Amino acid sequence: MNLITKNLSFKHENEYYLNDISLEFKVGNLYTLLGRTLSGKTSFLKTIAGLQPLDSGQITFEGKDFNSIPVWKRNVAMVYQQFINYPHLTVFDNIAFPLKQRKMKSSDIKNEVSSAIQKVGLQGFEKRKIQELSGGQQQRVALARSLAKKAKILLLDEPLVNLDYKLREDLRNEFKNIFSDDLSSQSILIYASTDPMEAMQLNGNIIVIDEGKILQHDTAKEVFENPSNIKVAEITNEPAMNIVNGSVESNKIILNQNIQIDLPDHLKKIESGKYFFGLRASDIVLDDSGFQFVVDLAEISGSETFLHLHQDNLKLVSLINEVKNFNNRDKVKVKIMSENLYVFDEKGNLIFSPFKYK
Amino acid sequence: MRTFYIFIKYFFITIWSMFVIAPFLWALSTSFKDFNSVTGGAKYIPWLQFEPSLEGWSVLIRSQGKGGVNIIEPYFNSVFVTCSASLLSIIFGTLAAYALSRFTFKAGFIRNNDITFFFISQRIMPPIVLSIPFFLMLGFLGLLDSLLGLILVYMVLLMPIAVWIMVDFFNRVPKEIDETALIDGCNPFEAFFKVVLPNSIPGLIVAGLFCIIFGWIDFFFAFILTFTKVQLLPVAIVALNSSVTPWWSLSASALVSVAPLIIVAFIVERYLSKGNLSGALK
Repeated sequence: MNLITKNLSFKHENEYYLNDISLEFKVGNLYTLLGRTLSGKTSFLKTIAGLQPLDSGQITFEGKDFNSIPVWKRNVAMVYQQFINYPHLTVFDNIAFPLKQRKMKSSDIKNEVSSAIQKVGLQGFEKRKIQELSGGQQQRVALARSLAKKAKILLLDEPLVNLDYKLREDLRNEFKNIFSDDLSSQSILIYASTDPMEAMQLNGNIIVIDEGKILQHDTAKEVFENPSNIKVAEITNEPAMNIVNGSVESNKIILNQNIQIDLPDHLKKIESGKYFFGLRASDIVLDDSGFQFVVDLAEISGSETFLHLHQDNLKLVSLINEVKNFNNRDKVKVKIMSENLYVFDEKGNLIFSPFKYK
Repeated sequence: MRTFYIFIKYFFITIWSMFVIAPFLWALSTSFKDFNSVTGGAKYIPWLQFEPSLEGWSVLIRSQGKGGVNIIEPYFNSVFVTCSASLLSIIFGTLAAYALSRFTFKAGFIRNNDITFFFISQRIMPPIVLSIPFFLMLGFLGLLDSLLGLILVYMVLLMPIAVWIMVDFFNRVPKEIDETALIDGCNPFEAFFKVVLPNSIPGLIVAGLFCIIFGWIDFFFAFILTFTKVQLLPVAIVALNSSVTPWWSLSASALVSVAPLIIVAFIVERYLSKGNLSGALK
C-alpha cells in the first residue's frame, strides 16, 4: 500500500537533479521535503506525478509499477508554487475539472466541489473568473481542486511561498485541518518547502534534500535534535546553524585563540583533535560575562533581532528574542551556550549532539 | 501641464488619423469622378468641385459585353482561397507551434528553435525566388491555374506566420497549466484542446488576422500561378488598367477589396481586448 521509490536518478547536462533517491512513503502520513531552492524538490515531486523523465529508478505504488502508468492515469494531485489554475474557467469549473474528466455524475460533482470550496473558505466565489481573485484566493482554488480529486498522493510544491506574510500564516494554520480528512483517508501527502519553520510546524516526517540527494529522513523532532551532518544542520535551521572550525585540546574547546570553553557534560568523552562545532543562533546570548564581539550587522525581523558578529576570524550569527538597536562596529559581550554544542567530524558527519551522543 | 499633455496626445492622434483616412477618402471621392473630373486638376468635394458620376461603380457590376469588368467571380475566388488557406494554416500552424513550444526535438544539430526558424525562413527569400519552384511543382501536380493549387501555395506562405506567432504565444502560457491538466486526468490531446486552446484565443485571433491580411493582399503568386480559368481579386483589379487608366473604377474596386479586411478588423478588435491570460501566472 506504500509508495516506494528506488534509486531514482536524473541528470541533465552533468548536473544531478535527482541522485539515487530511495524512499518509502507510508499512507496516512505527511512528509515534508525540505531543501534549498534548486535542490531537486520540484524534480522529485514531478517524478512522482510522472511529469519528469528518469534516467534510472523504479517507482511502485500499491504494488503496481508506477513508471509505466502515464500521468493522467496516476490519480495524484499537485499544487504548484505559482498559482496555476485554468484561466478560462470559473472557480466552480476549475475545481470540478478533474471530476468531470473522471466522468463523475454531475450531482456528485456538485457535492464534492462545494465541500472542497467550504474547506478552503471560498464560499460565494463559485461563479468568479480566476482573474478576478487575489493571489491567496487563486491558491485556495488550486488547493480545493487537489482536495476535490481525493487523490491517493497529494504533492504540494511550496504552495504558500508566493503568498504575502499574513496569508501564508493563515493558510499554514488551516493547512492541517484542510488536509486532515485526506490524511486519515489513507493518502500520502508530500509537502516541499524551503522553510525549516514551516517543516517543523507541519510536524510530520522530514526529508532533507540537497543537490538531488537525500541527506536525512526522520521525524521532525529527530531532524531538529540530531541533524546527521553539517549540510542538514544548515538547511534545517533559520538562520543557518553557525559552523565553526575548531579543536579540542586538554579538555578545552578552542574556537580561536581568545575563545576557549570548558567541555560541557555531553562532550566529556570527546578525544583531542580537529572538529567542526555547530551552534544554533539562539544559543548565542547577550551576557556581560561573555566574550567580546564586534557587531557587523543587526537586522530586526518581527520581534527578533539577528546579530552578525565577529571576533578576529570567527564569525557568528546570533538570534536575540527581543528588538534591540545596535550600531555597526558596536562591541557586545555574548555567551556561548556550550551545553547545546553540536560536534561534527572533519567529513561533516554528526558525532555529538546535546540530545544524544554516540 | 495635464491639459498640455492631452492636447499633444490628441494632436498626434488627429494627424495620424488623417494620414490613415485621407487615402480612403480620396479613393472614395475619385470613384465618383469621370474622365474630365480626374484630369482637370485637383478636385475633392463632389457637387461643389465636380459632378459625381456612377460610372466607376457601375463598371464593376456591368456584364463584360457592355464594357464592364467581372470582379465578382475573382472576389469570391479570393475569399475562398484566403479563408481556406488561412484556416488550414491556423490549424496546422497551431499544432506545429504547440509541439515546438512543449516538446524537445533533436536531429543532429537541429533543435526546436532551428525548426521554428526554418518555418519563417520561407518568408525571408524574395517571392520571385520561390515562384519558379512553385510554378514547376504545381505544373507537375497539374494544379496550375486552379483554386486548390493557390490554396496550397498560400498555405506555405501563411503557415510560417501562424507558427511564428503561436510559438511565441504558447511559450508565454505557463507549462504548468498543461501539466496540471495532465495531472487532472487529461491525456495530451485533451490537455491541448480542453485547456491550452481555450486560453489561446487571443493568439489565434492575431495569427488568423495576419494570415487573412497577407493572403488577401498577395498579388505576385496569384498573378504568376494563374492564367485564364482562375483569377483572384488583386489580379482582376490590376487587369482593369488599359490604355487610359480608369481611375474611377480602380478606386471603386480598391475600396471594395479592402472592405472585408476592415470588417474583419472591427470584429476581431473586440475579442482581442477581451480575452487575456492574466491570472494564469503571477
